[in-house]
Amino acid sequence: MSPVTESRLRAGLLWSLVRAGFAEQAHYRLAVAAGLFTNVVFGFIRAAVLFAALDASTTAFAGYDRDTLGGYVWISQALLGAITLMAPISSVEERIKNGDIAVDYLRPVPLVAAFALPAVGRAAYTLLPRGVPAVVVGLLTTGWFLPPTPGPYLVGVLSVAVAVVASYLGVHCIGLLGFWVVDTRGIKAFYGILGTFLAGLFVPVDLFPGWLRTLAGFTPFPTFLQYPVDVLSGRVLGAAAWQHLGVQLAWGLALLALALLLERLGRRHLEVQGG
Amino acid sequence: MADLTAYRAVLASRVRAQTTYRLSFGLDLLGALLVGLVELAETWVVFSQVDVLGGLDFGGVLLVFGLANICFSVADLLVGHLDRLPRYIREGTIDVFYLRPQPLLAQLVTSEISLRRLTRIGVGVAALVAGLVANEIPDPLRAAAVVGLALVFGTLIFCALFVSAAGCQFWLVNGAEFTNAFTYGGSYAASQPTSVFGTGLKITFGFVVPAAFVGYLPTLVVLGQPGPALLPAWLAWFLPVAALWSCLLAGLLWRAGVRHYQGAGG
Repeated sequence: MSPVTESRLRAGLLWSLVRAGFAEQAHYRLAVAAGLFTNVVFGFIRAAVLFAALDASTTAFAGYDRDTLGGYVWISQALLGAITLMAPISSVEERIKNGDIAVDYLRPVPLVAAFALPAVGRAAYTLLPRGVPAVVVGLLTTGWFLPPTPGPYLVGVLSVAVAVVASYLGVHCIGLLGFWVVDTRGIKAFYGILGTFLAGLFVPVDLFPGWLRTLAGFTPFPTFLQYPVDVLSGRVLGAAAWQHLGVQLAWGLALLALALLLERLGRRHLEVQGG
Repeated sequence: MADLTAYRAVLASRVRAQTTYRLSFGLDLLGALLVGLVELAETWVVFSQVDVLGGLDFGGVLLVFGLANICFSVADLLVGHLDRLPRYIREGTIDVFYLRPQPLLAQLVTSEISLRRLTRIGVGVAALVAGLVANEIPDPLRAAAVVGLALVFGTLIFCALFVSAAGCQFWLVNGAEFTNAFTYGGSYAASQPTSVFGTGLKITFGFVVPAAFVGYLPTLVVLGQPGPALLPAWLAWFLPVAALWSCLLAGLLWRAGVRHYQGAGG
C-alpha cells in the first residue's frame, strides 16, 4: 500500500470515530433536552445574581457592562454541554480497572484518539441543540450581546473547537493516572471542583482578586471556558483574540503530549492477567 | 421494630464500608470540603466587587449561604443517593427492590448514607456562625426560633426535592439531568439573596420550589429586614407550610413514578 493511501485510510478511520461519537449522542435526544433545560435555569439564576452585582458594584467590574456580562453568562452556559470539566460518561479509567484497556492498546489508533475523537463527536452534537437555544434564550431575556463583526465568530469557532478537545484531554490524562492509582475518584473530584471554578464557570476569571487570577493563569482551566467565551462574546478582539487562541493551542498540545506520554508509560506498566 | 433493627444494620454496614478505606474516605471528606469552600469563594468573589447585594451585605449573605448549605448538605447526606435511581432503572436492578416487602422509598433511602458530606455541612455551619456573629441581631430570641425552624424544615424541603426528582426519573431515565435544575439549581438559588431575582424566578424559587424559604426569608427575620415585593419577611414563619407543600408534591410524584414503572422484563 502506498503511504498516501495509507494516510488517507487512517484519516478516514479517525474521522469515523468522530462521526460515531456524534451519532451516539444523537440518540439521546431527551438527555440533550434535559441538559439544555438545566443550563437555561442556571443561566437565569447566574444572570440575575451577576446583573444585580453589576448594578451595585463599587468597582469597574473588570470592564464588564450589561451586554458583555450577558454574553459571558449565556455563552458559557451554551458551551457547558460540549466542554468537559467533570468526568465524562465512558472514561478511560474504568477500562483500565477492568482490564479492557488491553484491547484498546491493540487498536490501530493511539488510545488518546480512540477516547478523545468520539468525545469530540459527542460534543459537536451537543453544541447545536444545547448551545444555540441557550444563546437564543439569553438574547430574548437579557438583550443583544453578540458581536456585530464577523471576526469574533471566526476565531470563536476555532477557540471553541480547541477548548472542546483540550478540556477532554485534561480529564483523559486524569483518567490515565488509573494505571498507577487504584482509585482516581478523589483526584477527579479535586480536578472537577477546582477546574469548574478556575475555568470561570460561576464568576468570570477577570473578577477574581489579583492573586487568584494569577493562580488560574498557571492552570489550563481558563482556556477551557473563559477564553472561548471571551473570544465569542467579543470581549477580546483582533490580536488579543488570536493570542487567546494561541495560549489555548499551547495548552492543548501540552495536554496531548502528556496524554501520549502517560499512554506509553502505562503500556509498560500494565500487566494483564488471564488468557 | 424488627424492621428498624434491620435498617440500622444496613446503615451501620454502609458507614463501616465508607470508613474502612481511610485514605479514600479522607479524600472524599476533603473533596466535599472543597465543594463547600469553592461555593463560598464564588460568593466572596462577587463581594469583592460590591458592598451590598440584593439588600444584604456579606455578613447577611453568609447567613443565607450557611442556612442553604447546611440544609442541602444534610438532605444530600440522607437522601442524595436517590440520584442513582436512573442507573437502577436502566440496569433493571430496581426490580429487586419492588419484590421486597418494604416500601420502595424506605429501602432506597436507607440503602446508603453519604458520610463524606459531613465536611460540607461543616462549611455551612461555619458560614452560619460567622454570619450570626458578624451581624447585629435586633431580637435574638426570634432569630434563634427562625434559624431552628429553617434548619429543620429547610432540610425537609431539600429532601422532598430529591424525592420529587427521583419520582420523575421513572419517566425521564436518560433525561435525568432535567431534575438537576430543581435539586442543584434549587440549592444554588437558595444560597443567593432571592431579592436579586426577577418576578418569574421569584415565583419559581420562592413558591413552586420553595428555595427562598430555606435561606433568604429566615435571614430577613434574623436581620429584622422587611423584605422585597412578593417575599415579605413574615413568610419565613410559614416554613412548615412550604415544607408540607414540597412533601405533598414529592409524595404525588414518587407514587406516580413507582406505579408508572413497568419492569425490565426477563
